[in-house]
Amino acid sequence: MSEQRGNNPLLQLVLVRFREYLREPEALFWSFGFPILLAIGLGIAFRSKPPDVAHVAVVSGSAKSGPYLEALKRDRGLAVEELPADSARVALRTGRVAVVLTPNADGGVAYEYDDTRPDARTAKLLANDALQRGEGRQDVVGASDRFVREAGSRYIDFVVPGLLGMTIMGGGIWGLGFSIVDQRRKRLLKRLVATPMSRAQYLASYVVSRFVLLTIEAVVLIGASVLLFKIPMRSSWLSIAAIVVISALAFGGLGLLIAARSQTIEGVSGLMNLCMLPMWVLSGVFFSSENFPRAVQPFIKALPLTATNDALRASMLRGVPFAALWPQLGVLALWMIICFGIALKIFRWR
Amino acid sequence: MPSTANLALRVEGLRKHYGDVRAVDGVDIAVPPGECFGLLGPNGAGKTTTIEVCEGLLTPDAGIVELLGLRWDHDEHELRERLGIQLQETQLAEKLTVEETVRLFRSFYAKGRPVDDVIRVVQLDEKRDARVGKLSGGQKQRLALACAIVGDPDLIFLDEPTTGLDPQSRRQLWDLITDFKRLGRTIILTTHYMDEAEILCDRVAIVDHGKVIALGTPLQLIASLGAEHVVKFAVVQGSPTLDEATLGSLDGVRVARAVAGEYELQVGALHQTVPALLAFLASRQLELAQLTTHSATLEDVFVSLTGRQLRDE
Repeated sequence: MSEQRGNNPLLQLVLVRFREYLREPEALFWSFGFPILLAIGLGIAFRSKPPDVAHVAVVSGSAKSGPYLEALKRDRGLAVEELPADSARVALRTGRVAVVLTPNADGGVAYEYDDTRPDARTAKLLANDALQRGEGRQDVVGASDRFVREAGSRYIDFVVPGLLGMTIMGGGIWGLGFSIVDQRRKRLLKRLVATPMSRAQYLASYVVSRFVLLTIEAVVLIGASVLLFKIPMRSSWLSIAAIVVISALAFGGLGLLIAARSQTIEGVSGLMNLCMLPMWVLSGVFFSSENFPRAVQPFIKALPLTATNDALRASMLRGVPFAALWPQLGVLALWMIICFGIALKIFRWR
Repeated sequence: MPSTANLALRVEGLRKHYGDVRAVDGVDIAVPPGECFGLLGPNGAGKTTTIEVCEGLLTPDAGIVELLGLRWDHDEHELRERLGIQLQETQLAEKLTVEETVRLFRSFYAKGRPVDDVIRVVQLDEKRDARVGKLSGGQKQRLALACAIVGDPDLIFLDEPTTGLDPQSRRQLWDLITDFKRLGRTIILTTHYMDEAEILCDRVAIVDHGKVIALGTPLQLIASLGAEHVVKFAVVQGSPTLDEATLGSLDGVRVARAVAGEYELQVGALHQTVPALLAFLASRQLELAQLTTHSATLEDVFVSLTGRQLRDE
């Protein structure tokens, strides 16, 4: 590298960012390996598979036990076994069967199951249905089933945009926070400020390096998801990229604000967890934020990670046009402006 | 003394307080170009605060600071271009190599010295591709010096450049600083090592409790003691305490004082005082536990001014 070419301070600062990053193998794992492993793990756990069979026990010892057993066995959605009364109870308690069916002396049956478990209620309904039909019940209304298992509505489709949002948040907050506070703690920041270095270029080096790394992270994560799980991409790449960029700026601002004053790694770690933990839980990474009470929804919607996740899901899964995402993009832009504004004002350079 | 206009550093009435602590309490310094000027004092004397105000890293509560005829409030950028700074306890990025670090610092300056030259000057040629984290203490300090001189500064500040280093590394750094002096650049350094100040500095300000308590060339300061040698002795434990006045009346003794269980005599000629001292102790039937002599140093000047040792360990 010639003396002239290598002498651009912004270039040198950006190179420092990359060198420090690439020479830290753990950082590489957390930004690339972890999200992919998580997606693969979740993909395996929630993969599309034939519907679960419902386990039912029929208590033995009654004259009706045999015929009822035969009737239930005719339904392919049920796995039926005949057990003595006490073994059947044990099986129910340990969750090996969802329902215990006991023929009564008067010719009726009694079902035992946990009514708070949806799968137990389903098993009871299936078992009862099979039993009644076996005994000759006729349906009043003819019904037929059509099964719809479409990409875009599976759990993995839900979780991948959430993981992407989480990666953007982690990159912005960890990527800036630790590095800046570490330099302040080691008095390297003070040493840099004692040179003619431009402070704007120092901060710009983080912006540039984060964008390059984020581009790679996003491409790897989305690429792996599309290839492995056939995640749908129902919007243009451009609008997804734009959401990623605006989100990255918002979280970069948040990261800078968190790192603006702290002088110890412990201090900044506490602040980071304080900021990120609520968003991991509330912002709909692994489950929908709609599960939280209506009263807190406005607060949840104002969180930057909620905005990112909602925008990414709407764009990737439902093909909502970019312009229609203005509420989410507005939330992100506001976070970006406020965080950068405060951070630059209170930043401790020494 | 040249007129104030072309001083490399002019400090007048400098004060800096932290709450009730007067870290710097009215310091005046004038350093002509080309001089190596030392601030010598114990830890906590206010040396680092003084130098960091001069470096524009701290804002003074009162006083004037002018460097190369420029001031921090108008000419910050030009000053940054023309100063070379080494801070106490800066840890450079451990994952970068020596060459990458120097190149980074070089890139901040509009004009400067070639990276290769600077690495050669600080004798880190063999380590140019080594990570900073793998360097020894002395090598790290030489790298810090390289970062301070890569902008080819007119004025260089070194804050405790050799603290914590082994004797060989200290000597190596002294040689580098001496070489830099020969280029005619002005150097301001702080230290709590009297030998460092004596070897490197043209003039020394002895600082204590935020004030300059003595100023001059090392030779002038030592001469101000009026004694060329120092005799230190201790008597065996349990002996009666000796009177400073009685010791002061021994042949050739200028000043006598008891310091931390030892006695210290500033003397003109050893061959007069030592026999007199031995005869005196024999007459009192006191037994010597130790006896040492040395030529007077800046340390003795500090002890004589403050009654305390320069280094408290």
